[in-house]
Amino acid sequence: MSRRMFSRSLCQIKSLSRSSGLAGFQPLLHNRPYATTRQPAASASSSSLNQTELAKFAAIADSWWDAEGPFKPLHIMNPTRLAFLRSTLCRHFGKDPFSVRPFEGLKFVDVGCGGGILSEPLARMGASVTGIDAVEKNIKIARLHADLDPVASSIEYRCTTAENLVEEQMKFDAVIALEVIEHVADPAEFCKSLSALTVTNGATVVSTINRSMRAYATAIIAAEYILHLLPKGTHQWSSFLTPEELVMILQCASISVEEMAGFAYDPLTGQWSLTDDIGVNFIAFGIKNNL
Amino acid sequence: MRPAFGSVNEPRISENQLPPLSCSIIEHSGDMSRLIATIRLASNIFVPRLATRTFCTDAPEKLNDVPSGSHSNKEPNDDEGLPQHDIAIVGGGMVGMALACSLASMPLTKHLSIAIIDSNPALSNGPVIKKDDPPDPRVSTVTPATISLFKDIGAWEYVEQHRHAYFDKMQVWDYTGFGYTRYNARDADKDVLGCVVENKVLHKSLLSCLQNKDIKNTIYPTRLSSISLPTRSSVSSAGASASNISTKNLANLAKLDLSDGTNLYAKLVVGADGSKSRVRELAGIKTTGWNYSQSAVICTVEHPTENFCAWQRFLPAGPIALLPIGDNFSNIVWTMSPKDASNHKIMNEDDFVKAVNHALDFGHGPRPESRVFGGDVISSFFRPDVTSSVHERFEPPPKVLKLASDRMAFPLSLMHANQYASKRVVLIGDAAHTVHPLAGQGVNMGYGDVSSLLNVIADGVAVGSDIGEVTLLKKYEADRKTANITMMAVLDGFQKAYSVDFGPVNILRAAAFNGANVFAPLKRNIISYASGELRLPFLS
Repeated sequence: MSRRMFSRSLCQIKSLSRSSGLAGFQPLLHNRPYATTRQPAASASSSSLNQTELAKFAAIADSWWDAEGPFKPLHIMNPTRLAFLRSTLCRHFGKDPFSVRPFEGLKFVDVGCGGGILSEPLARMGASVTGIDAVEKNIKIARLHADLDPVASSIEYRCTTAENLVEEQMKFDAVIALEVIEHVADPAEFCKSLSALTVTNGATVVSTINRSMRAYATAIIAAEYILHLLPKGTHQWSSFLTPEELVMILQCASISVEEMAGFAYDPLTGQWSLTDDIGVNFIAFGIKNNL
Repeated sequence: MRPAFGSVNEPRISENQLPPLSCSIIEHSGDMSRLIATIRLASNIFVPRLATRTFCTDAPEKLNDVPSGSHSNKEPNDDEGLPQHDIAIVGGGMVGMALACSLASMPLTKHLSIAIIDSNPALSNGPVIKKDDPPDPRVSTVTPATISLFKDIGAWEYVEQHRHAYFDKMQVWDYTGFGYTRYNARDADKDVLGCVVENKVLHKSLLSCLQNKDIKNTIYPTRLSSISLPTRSSVSSAGASASNISTKNLANLAKLDLSDGTNLYAKLVVGADGSKSRVRELAGIKTTGWNYSQSAVICTVEHPTENFCAWQRFLPAGPIALLPIGDNFSNIVWTMSPKDASNHKIMNEDDFVKAVNHALDFGHGPRPESRVFGGDVISSFFRPDVTSSVHERFEPPPKVLKLASDRMAFPLSLMHANQYASKRVVLIGDAAHTVHPLAGQGVNMGYGDVSSLLNVIADGVAVGSDIGEVTLLKKYEADRKTANITMMAVLDGFQKAYSVDFGPVNILRAAAFNGANVFAPLKRNIISYASGELRLPFLS
């Protein structure tokens, strides 16, 4: 089955990263245009963020919950990402997949929560969710929307960064950062922060877009310029990560990636589905190693 | 002798049947056998269920002030004393109750609290139906797909203990006498083509099934007067002004005002209230359709012996159908012009019986000749792939002895709602679509809606969605609209094709009859489509 083929390729990625080491990949990571600019020490530990990106999201913050607005693809993709999360996290934590609230008693953090479109369903599934985002407006919108549902109003939203939480020595059972890492200035630092927030044997889930030609054609040209599904300039192809790179930087952060899956969009039905094809959008589930 | 029957369709895995190391239904990825082995060993699997049970026994003590009828297990009220439910089903008929029962049968949805709003007194304390009660003329033909839905819910056993009739043969012909088609369940490797059951038996089976289930449900024996649905402005204004979280929450729900003064809140309102749906009207959903210039006269008749076949003869004014309902009774559905329908309804019984026998046999035209298959050049092409029913001769329908019930007449029309779902509102069954009864598909389309909506709600709960969210409900609409519209187009096509009495058209119809009779893949396709197995005809 393609799942076996897939885990074989995952092993290849892991062995490649272990053998060649960091040196082989560093030039690529430092090719990011804004990797060298460091933010002034006002918030000294916000080193993995990028102000241009923050400003982009602040501008469209009001439309987070408009299912027809600029965040429409994210809304449509949401159930598919949640299906992957439910499947892998239920298995990892040994929870009943038929339970309505399988994550009862677990602490999750949604890094880069935006308007809370991932945090609210996770809270409905029983988790104690903390949602963090660097854009103040997003947190305001998220809190307003969460108050509409008594289950979601238990979510703790904070306008802060992963690095700040690390300084506060917070720990979570699962750290989830979906569609964030491609907007971050220093992905390696970011992954180290994610890892520091995860308890030993906890879960870290990261999703992003592959830096492949297909992704350029699909996620940038088709999505932004032709079909106008996303505003122009939402994504920079050079800041995408390949699966190999992501596995490697997570490995360096003591997280071993156990599973990966891809998302495929069918423009005819307008539906996303989980697939083994990690050529465009992909999601990685990793476990924090015993240090 | 009654035909023996086995299981129909692929069995859906219900919660009770799940063996320790089998595959689950909802997951998209992952190695399930590993997962199931883990969870069966884990003890925390029982914790959520225990919690629910304790809740149910404590809850009834909290509520004294809700003027509702019979209920089992109660929903806590909010600060203002108004009950909040997850799903409010407006209309507790065959389709509405089926939705309630199927929600109760699925592990992911049985924690939802349901309100059923219907002023029909049968819901609260209906009379017990006995097996030898006089037959009711209101019957439905349930397809194998619907039978398997009922079996999954656990309501089919009740039906089998009361009057019902499986049939495995069907004969269709018209007044011109040029051709006929005989269908046999064995053509499509099935045991039955369908089962004819009285509506009150179907309804009672679902009612008693719901009473035995563990789901929180409340029956409000009243009518719906109005619904306030959340709009953008109402939500944001509530957010700005109210400091109370519960008020903000309520502004985001649907509020139902009932005609006895009760009010309640719900996350999702399901309109299962029939073709003149109040929910559809209040949600502002428009419909498309037309009236057929026909009415149907229905009644029950008695034969000298038992009938095991479904008969349908197309006459110039409309088809007459004779469906077995059990013992020696059959149900008649006779479509004709509205004027003739009212005449037939009031004419004396003997004249009516004579008219029925005339319409079924010899009236308006001759009997078709039995075509013997085989021997000529054309049939040699078909010899390898031919269904067994092609060898069956034309059989005249059984004689009707006397009337066994009152006669009723209904006008016929086609109606389709332009949308099935809007924010916090969804339509199922006749509220969304009505069709001509000529193929017995109407209520089966409604049960198809129930299956689809159940899966959509379960998938939504699995990924933590708000069940009243439009994007989720639109998935149900996308699934059912195609299937329903296709079926309606096919049925409307038949209705129009058979209302023309014109030489060349008659010959074409005869050719179609003979073609469907002889051409096995077509016949199998027709049987599968009418049985509810295929979503769309000809695309398998």
